Amino acid sequence: MTSWNLAFVWLLDPANWAGPGGIPARVGEHLLYTIVTLVIAAVIAVPIGLAIGHTGKGRALAVQLSGVLRALPTLGVLLLLALLLGLGFGPALIVMVVLALPPLLAGAYAGVDAVDRETIDAAKSIGMTGWQVLVKVELPLALPIIIGGVRSACLQVIATWTVAAYLPLGGLGRFIYDGLAVQNYAEMLGASVLVILLALIADGIFAVVQRLVVPRGVVVGRASDVRVRSSKRLATTSQSTTAG
Amino acid sequence: MNWLVENAGQIWELTLVHAALSAVPIVVGFVLAIPVGWLANRYHASRGTVLAIVGLLYAIPSLPLFIALPSLLGTRILDPVNIEVALSLYALAIMVRTASDAFASVDVDILLSATAVGFSTWRRFWYVELPLAGPVLLSGIRVVSVSTISLLSVGSVIGVTSLGYFFIDGFQRDFPLEILVGIIGTVVIAVVFDLVLAAVGRLLLPWTSRAVGRQRGRAAERTQLAGAA
Repeated sequence: MTSWNLAFVWLLDPANWAGPGGIPARVGEHLLYTIVTLVIAAVIAVPIGLAIGHTGKGRALAVQLSGVLRALPTLGVLLLLALLLGLGFGPALIVMVVLALPPLLAGAYAGVDAVDRETIDAAKSIGMTGWQVLVKVELPLALPIIIGGVRSACLQVIATWTVAAYLPLGGLGRFIYDGLAVQNYAEMLGASVLVILLALIADGIFAVVQRLVVPRGVVVGRASDVRVRSSKRLATTSQSTTAG
Repeated sequence: MNWLVENAGQIWELTLVHAALSAVPIVVGFVLAIPVGWLANRYHASRGTVLAIVGLLYAIPSLPLFIALPSLLGTRILDPVNIEVALSLYALAIMVRTASDAFASVDVDILLSATAVGFSTWRRFWYVELPLAGPVLLSGIRVVSVSTISLLSVGSVIGVTSLGYFFIDGFQRDFPLEILVGIIGTVVIAVVFDLVLAAVGRLLLPWTSRAVGRQRGRAAERTQLAGAA
């Protein structure tokens, strides 16, 4: 347990809280990297995901691409691109954006896909155009699942930027690698605690947002008593409980 | 090209190490997740709690977990056990959710019929629930397999040997081919594991090969949503 004591000593040492290499600055960098990645990835993935969900086309391709992307080892791709395109933020950002695409894409199309067919038919029958159905019906109903996609992308991006500090880049991973280089386990552990806290806080915030964006009048599919429900109803409702 | 020939032995060796180190967490996660997922699904109150805990587990970033585990387990930081435990926890996190969905997907009427013809809870589990949950469980373990194999290489930044060694070494020597070999090796292991799992699935669940259930696709997508840490 002494390693934990030392980690907390490191965390509480005022010297580690000051300057451009201090804890607040590194947390800021980590957040900035994460937000930039998520915004770019969401701008690319969410419209495509919505289009897939709305038209029902390209779904198989999206699922397969996500599978392929998942199989690629992040660290390898990151270091390969750094060698080919140069060190620094840019090449790493490309890798991060690509990695964030699958969960965002999946959230968007699964969200639209989970909307009840009858609701969409009803919207069409009162004269809504395809565009109106998408924006006024599918999007609001899909929003909790779309945010769920952002939530898992965010966790993945926070985790991977930590690893990417190897390049070398800033962010909280910097402490981990700097500590590793000089065998300072307290620094590594302290920084790990910070990254874990950051991830859990982000996860919590998205969990709250997911609840807030549920349109009024819609009960989020909580499997209240799974044993008496029929499997088909459950298959549709349990999707909305999926998060991160 | 010379590098490939000269290092063929090491490439093969690290590929085997990587495959072995990934296989353990996949199996451990799967085996532990079945009872946990079943229990989570069995009782009204437990499902939300278990899924919430599992969700938190999954939110923990991998590298910090690799670093924090030695101080919790009393192991040395270079010990592969840390990585194995961390990856097993992630496998468990994905699998418990899938297992819970898998058992929920079994039609309640079928379970009631099994009870009515005299199955005990224990036999009903082995002969009715588990086989019927099989397709969804299979889709879950396939996702776990791919993400475990790719996550394992992260351990190489703190010095745990796997194909990830080629990433670090290739980067330090400014030698893209070496990194590429590591990436291809990782993907090949993932594909081989996936083919094996699919084959085992066809053997154990012969009725699914003809009509691939809609449920499986759904469950696969739901697990997709879970992303990778």
